[in-house]
Amino acid sequence: MKLVIAYIQPEKLNDVKQVLYERGIFKMSVTNSLGCGQQKGFHETYRGVDVEVNLLKKVRLEIAVNEEYLEQTIEGIIEGARTGEIGDGKIFVHSLDDVVRIRTGERGHEAIG
Amino acid sequence: MDMQSTSEALTQLQTNIDIVWTCLAAFLVFFMQAGFAMVEAGFTRAKNSVNIIMKNLLDFSIGSIAFFIVGFGLMFGVTNGFFGTTDFALSGVDWAGPDWNFTFLIFQTVFAGTAATIVSGAMAERTKFKAYLVYSVFICAFIYPVFGSWAWGGLLNGGGWLEGIGFVDFAGSTVVHSVGGWLALAGAIVLGPRIGKYGPDGKARAIPGHNITLAALGVFILWFGWFGFNAGSTNIGDGEIGRIAVTTNLSAAMGAVMAMATSWVLSKKPDGSMALNGALAGLVAITAGCYGVSGYGAIAIGGLAGVIVVLSVFAIDRYLKVDDPVGAVSVHGVCGAWGTLAVGLFGIDGGLFYGGGLHQLGVQAIGVLAAFAWAFGVGLGIFYLIKLTVGLRVSKKEEIRGLDVGEHGMEAYSGFQIFTTS
Repeated sequence: MKLVIAYIQPEKLNDVKQVLYERGIFKMSVTNSLGCGQQKGFHETYRGVDVEVNLLKKVRLEIAVNEEYLEQTIEGIIEGARTGEIGDGKIFVHSLDDVVRIRTGERGHEAIG
Repeated sequence: MDMQSTSEALTQLQTNIDIVWTCLAAFLVFFMQAGFAMVEAGFTRAKNSVNIIMKNLLDFSIGSIAFFIVGFGLMFGVTNGFFGTTDFALSGVDWAGPDWNFTFLIFQTVFAGTAATIVSGAMAERTKFKAYLVYSVFICAFIYPVFGSWAWGGLLNGGGWLEGIGFVDFAGSTVVHSVGGWLALAGAIVLGPRIGKYGPDGKARAIPGHNITLAALGVFILWFGWFGFNAGSTNIGDGEIGRIAVTTNLSAAMGAVMAMATSWVLSKKPDGSMALNGALAGLVAITAGCYGVSGYGAIAIGGLAGVIVVLSVFAIDRYLKVDDPVGAVSVHGVCGAWGTLAVGLFGIDGGLFYGGGLHQLGVQAIGVLAAFAWAFGVGLGIFYLIKLTVGLRVSKKEEIRGLDVGEHGMEAYSGFQIFTTS
């Protein structure tokens, strides 16, 4: 079992959801996050004073999947979020020790799907 | 005191009351700028709020100067039949004296500013700031005053062909609101819709405004300012102020009620943003007839405006596919036209329902069509010209990040985390 965490551009969320949905992946958590990578944030001025590095608004996706869905999930996120420009985001993949569905008490592979 | 000096003193007193009332009304109308700014900011996304505020501040500021130097003369100077040619920058006025023209200029300036600022909302969230500044010069220096001279030139030294045939637009349903609304339509068409407004299948999507509370404050401010807009347009301090305030208020109230009811029927819930638009629709519609209709007439005009505005917003959004984020075209353009025509129906003097026949209605229709032809036609031309020269629309990347950062390098809500995925 794997936990896929992806940081993407906020306006790409709908595209990513759409692509994943078409691949049968529709369980996910989405949170707002701030961050900067190669983009180094953006430049602002306030009343004549420069404000240099700002954190950019991103969206963080968390998707727990069984192994056979892993590549599909990664490919789906890339397909939906990629523009080819700096700032498209990153995907992290963790191993997942266990998953528990609170309502039924199911564990592991059963609980994920 | 003898009779003659008593009567002179009374005349002087009335003149001063007229000046005080007209100036007070002008200041009320000025405050409508705050109303427009709040309505537009509230009905659009947080990432474009600084841009909205800047457009509202600058179109009034540039417009005031342009109207003073050029527009006022075109509108109210001695006319050549098409526009005025004297009184530019109040030429000939004694700057040390209390000339009536000072009062008249400030009152007319805030009206020109109102026409100008209507356009900002329809073009929100995607227009280059520089392009908007260029447009601001054109409307107050040229587009608004020329049409104004046709209908209102006779208020000072001019005299236009529309007033000559008996066209009635007391405080500007057509002269101010329709002209602004049709310009807004031209601007929104040349610009194209915001990214994400229409899906791949062409279906309209909602892009919810970020603060309905602010939008509501804006509508209340506009309603408040409108008492100056309409009741001030007599320029006379007497009992007619009260009568006009009554018709104005009744129409706005019924507009809100009927827009709420219409949205309740059509979309199953009483939509707050539509009810707010409905109050404005009632105000715009009664502006032409506020002087010459009865209380029931005002209720009918406002009520129909409330229905029309909702249907018009739906139609423009879904069928014309013109993206107007705040409903400016429907509120000001369409309901301005309706209110102007309504004078031919509900006008106590000459209206169809008061036995006046169809003549007044026909004259009103000519004025409505003339306003559309002039404002929409010239608007299309000017916005295309701006598109070809300075460019009208921001880049896709800037539109997505927001015009606050892109155009102005700052955010309206710094320190707050505001996220949008559209």
